[in-house]
Amino acid sequence: MTRYFLRKMVIYALTFVVAVTVDWAIPHLMPGNPVNQLMSRIQIQDPKVAHQVYTHYMRAFNLDLPLWKQYWYFWVSLFHGDLGTSILQFPTPVMSIITHAIPYTLALLIPAIALSWYAGNKFGALAARHKGLDNTVLPFGYALTATPYMWLGILLIWALAVTWHVFPVGFAYDPTAIRGFTWPFVSNLAYHWFLPFLSLFLVAFGGWAIGMRNMIIYELESDYAHYLGALGAPHRLIRKYAFRNAVLPQVTGLALALGAILGGALVTEIVFSYPGLGYQIYRAITNEDYFVIQGIFLFIIIGVLLANFIVDIVYLVVDPRTRIGMEGGRS
Amino acid sequence: MSSVPTAPLASPADPSQVEAAPIAQPMSGFRESLHFALRNKKLLFGLSMTSALLLIAIIGPFLAQHGPLDYGGKLSIAPTTKGGYWLGTTLQGQDVFAQFVTGLRLAFIVGALGGGIAAVIGMVVGFTAGYRAGWVDEVLNMLTNVVLVIPTFALLLVIAAYLQVRGILMEAVFIGITSWPWAARALRAQTFSLVSRDFVDMARLSGRSSRKIIFKEIAPNMSSYLFMMFILLFGGAILIAATLDFIGLGPSNTISLGQMMQLSVQNAALQLHLWWWFLPPGLAITALVGSLYVMNVGLDEVFNPKLRDM
Amino acid sequence: MALRVEDLRVYYRTLAGDVKALDGVTFDVADGEIMGLAGESGCGKSTLAKSLIRLDGRMRHVGGKVVLDGKELPIWDDSAMNAFRFRDVSIVPQYAMSALNPIRKIGRMIHELLRARGVDARAAHQELERRLDLVGLDKGVLDLYPIELSGGMKQRVVMVISTLLDPSLLIADEITSALDVSTQRAVAETLVEFRDRGLVKSMIFVTHDIGVLYQVADTILVMYAGKLAEKAPAEEIVSNPRHPYTRLLVSSLPEVGVRYEQRQLSGIPGRPPHLLDPPTGCRFRDRCPLATARCAEEPPWVEEGGRGIACWEAKPAAAVAARVPVEAR
Repeated sequence: MTRYFLRKMVIYALTFVVAVTVDWAIPHLMPGNPVNQLMSRIQIQDPKVAHQVYTHYMRAFNLDLPLWKQYWYFWVSLFHGDLGTSILQFPTPVMSIITHAIPYTLALLIPAIALSWYAGNKFGALAARHKGLDNTVLPFGYALTATPYMWLGILLIWALAVTWHVFPVGFAYDPTAIRGFTWPFVSNLAYHWFLPFLSLFLVAFGGWAIGMRNMIIYELESDYAHYLGALGAPHRLIRKYAFRNAVLPQVTGLALALGAILGGALVTEIVFSYPGLGYQIYRAITNEDYFVIQGIFLFIIIGVLLANFIVDIVYLVVDPRTRIGMEGGRS
Repeated sequence: MSSVPTAPLASPADPSQVEAAPIAQPMSGFRESLHFALRNKKLLFGLSMTSALLLIAIIGPFLAQHGPLDYGGKLSIAPTTKGGYWLGTTLQGQDVFAQFVTGLRLAFIVGALGGGIAAVIGMVVGFTAGYRAGWVDEVLNMLTNVVLVIPTFALLLVIAAYLQVRGILMEAVFIGITSWPWAARALRAQTFSLVSRDFVDMARLSGRSSRKIIFKEIAPNMSSYLFMMFILLFGGAILIAATLDFIGLGPSNTISLGQMMQLSVQNAALQLHLWWWFLPPGLAITALVGSLYVMNVGLDEVFNPKLRDM
Repeated sequence: MALRVEDLRVYYRTLAGDVKALDGVTFDVADGEIMGLAGESGCGKSTLAKSLIRLDGRMRHVGGKVVLDGKELPIWDDSAMNAFRFRDVSIVPQYAMSALNPIRKIGRMIHELLRARGVDARAAHQELERRLDLVGLDKGVLDLYPIELSGGMKQRVVMVISTLLDPSLLIADEITSALDVSTQRAVAETLVEFRDRGLVKSMIFVTHDIGVLYQVADTILVMYAGKLAEKAPAEEIVSNPRHPYTRLLVSSLPEVGVRYEQRQLSGIPGRPPHLLDPPTGCRFRDRCPLATARCAEEPPWVEEGGRGIACWEAKPAAAVAARVPVEAR
C-alpha cells in the first residue's frame, strides 16, 4: 500500500513541478512585458518619471533579475503564499482575489459534481433496466453531454431569467442586498446560485448517466452475472452486484472528468457573471492581467491534484482488488 | 465542455473470449460488419446528421451573401430573406448566417485536426506501452499520468492567453497535444488484450517477422477501436475549442461558433432577445457532437456482436 | 427415472436464419448415473447443457420436452425455471474461475444468494463448511475475496456452491477443459465422490475429452452436428465403439507408451457441416469411411440393451481394436 501511495505522490509531485514551471515559463516565452502594459495604462508624460516608475515596477515584479533567479523566487513566493499583484486591480494581491473568488466556485462545483454523479449513476442504472426508459434517457443523455456548458447557461438565462422572470440574470447576489448571515441574504445567495448550478449539473448528469448505463450493461454480461442467473438468483440481486461493480470505474471517471467540469464551471461563471475563479480569469484575460492568470492557474493545479488524491484514496477503500493486490494476494 | 464519456462508451471487443457459438458463419467478417452497419439506427442517425452538418459547412460559405466580419447590414434584424440575412444580423449589423457557416467550418477543422493529433499521439503512446511493456510501459505510463492530471484546460488558458495572434491551427494543435492521455490509456488496455505473449512467441518460432504478423492480425481489431476513439476525440476537441473561444481565446481574424456565443452574451443579446444570434451556434455544436457520440455507440454495436440487440 | 429428454430441439436465432444447434435429442439419465456427453466443438453438447438450465439470449426452444423427477421443466420460460434452478438442476459452468463476484467476499455472496433463493442461510452454513472440508478447502475461504484464491480453489468453491442444495441433476460443463491432467483427475474424482455420497443424484458431464469420461462416467453419449451418434456404457464406448464417428474419435486418442513410429494417430479429416442449413440424411456422411447410398436418408436412433446408435452401417461387433487409455479404473 505504501508503494501505491508513494507512486502516486511521485506523479503528483512531478506534475506539480512541471505545472509550476510551465506556469512560470510561459509569460517569459511570450512577446510583451507586463510592466509595459501597466505603463501604457498609467500614461506618464515625463520620460524621466516614467523611467523611474518603470524601474520600480521591474524591481517589484523581479523582472530585472536573471532568469534562473526569477524562477527561484517564483517558488519561494509560492511557498509564502505570494502570487504577485494584480495589474488590473492594482494593488490588490492575486491571493486576495483568489480567496474572494474561491468560495463561489466551490459552491458551484462541489454540489454540481456530487449531485450529478449520484443522480447520473442512479438514473443510468435505471435506464439499463427498463427498455422504455432507456429509449428516452439515452438520446436525452447524449444531447446533454454534447451540449457546451455555456450554451446551456445561455439557454437557461434566456428562458428562465429574461423571458420568464423566474430567476435572476446573474451575479452572486442582489447589489442592493445587505450582506451578512441573515436569512434574506442567504436565500438571496441561493436564489442567484441556482441557475448556474443547474446548468453545470445538467450537462455533467448526462455524461454520468450514459457512462453508468453502458457500464451496467457490460457488467450484466459478465461471468458472475451469468452464474447467478443459472443458479436462479432473482434479478434484483444480479442488478445489485452489477451496480456495485459498475460504480468502480465511475469513481476513477471522477478524476478524469474533473478537468472538463472545471472548464465548464469557469465558462458558466462567465455567462452568469458569477464572481468565482472563472469570472476573474475572464477579466484577467480580457485585460491581460498576467499575474492573476498565473496565480489562478496554480491554484487550480493544486486543487485538481488534491481532488485526484482524494479520489485515489476513495478508490482504494472501495475496490478490494486494489487493496489486496497491493498486499500481495495469494495466487 | 463535455464530460467526455468517462469510460470508453462500451467495452472493447475481446476476441480472446470465444463463445461456444454455433458453427454457421454465413458472411465474411467485413461484409457482416457492413450488413449490421447499414441496419444500425444509431449509426445511421449519427452519420446522416454529421454529414448534413458537414454539407452545410462546406457549401454554406459559398452561399452566404456577405462576409462573416462585414458590417453593413441593418442592426439586429431577425431572420429574413431580404438582403440574404437568413439568420438575421448581429447588434453591429453583421450577417449571422455567414458567421454561422464559417464557424461550422472551423468547428469541423478543429475537430478533425485536434482529434486527429490526439488520436495519433494516443495511438503511439498507448500501443508502444502495451506492446513493449516493461520499463517502456512504466515511463510512458508516468508521462500519461502527468499529462492526464494537469488540468489541461487551465493550461490551455494560460498558453493561449499569452499569444497575441491566434490561428485555428494553433488551437487545434494545443487541443491535440493535451487531450490524448485517456485515449492512450484505453488503447494501451486494448493492446494488452490483443497481444498475448504466446502469440508473439509463436510468431517468432515460426520464423516470421513478428512485427509483420502482429500488424496484420492486430491492425484490423485495433483500427476499429482507434476509429471510435478518433470520433470521441473529434467531438471532445470541438467542445474544448468552443469553450476556449467563448473565453476569448479563439482565432483572431475570423469568427467561430464559440466566439459568436461570446459576442452575443457580451452585447446583451439575451436581454434583447436576439435569439438568432446565440441559439444557432450552440445548437450546431450540440447537434454535431451529439451525433458523433451516437454514431460512436452505433459503431460499437456493429463491431461488438455482444452488444447487438436481436 | 431422474431425467428424461424427448426430442429436444433448441436453435440459435441469427440474422441469417436459425442455426439448428440441437436438433432432436432423446435420452434418459437414471438416478445415481453419471452420463458423459462428448463430441467435437459445435456438436451441440454445450447447447444441450445450457438449455437444461438456462437458455442464453439467442437460444430458442423449438420443440421437445425435458422431464426431471416426473416434473416437466419449463425451459422456455425463464422465470418459471427459476424455481427449479439450483434446487433441482444445477450447473458447474465452464467459466467457474470467473464465476464469483470479484468485489464480494465469498461467504457473503453465498449468504446473499441463499437468502435470495429463500434458503435459511444460517442452517445452510454448517453444511457449507462441511462441504468445503470435503473438497479440501479451509472454511476461512469464506472470508476471502475471489482474487485471493488460486484458480483451482475457485473452481472447488464453485463446485461446492453449485451442489449445496443437493440438486437432482448436476451439469458439469467443460469444467476440466482448461486444467492440467492431474487437476483434471482431482476435479473428476471430486464429482464422483459427490455422487457417491448422494449429494448429487445424477450428473451430466460435458466434455470433448473421452479420456476423462472413461474415468468418471457410467455412460457416454456421443453427439455429432446437433444429433446423437451413439450411447453406451463408458467401458463399451471405449473398447467396443460401433458408430464410425465414435470409432474414429476413440482411435484418435493417444496412448501412453506408444510412439509415433509404432502407431500413427489418426484424426478425422474434414469438418462438421454448417448447422444453418444442415444436409439431409446422416450428417456425418461426408466424413464417414462407411458411408453408402443409404445414408442419404437419416438413420433412426435405435436403442437396445443399454446401447443406442444412429447409423445404418454400424456393425454389431467392433472391427477396430480400440485404444484403451492407460489409467484403468
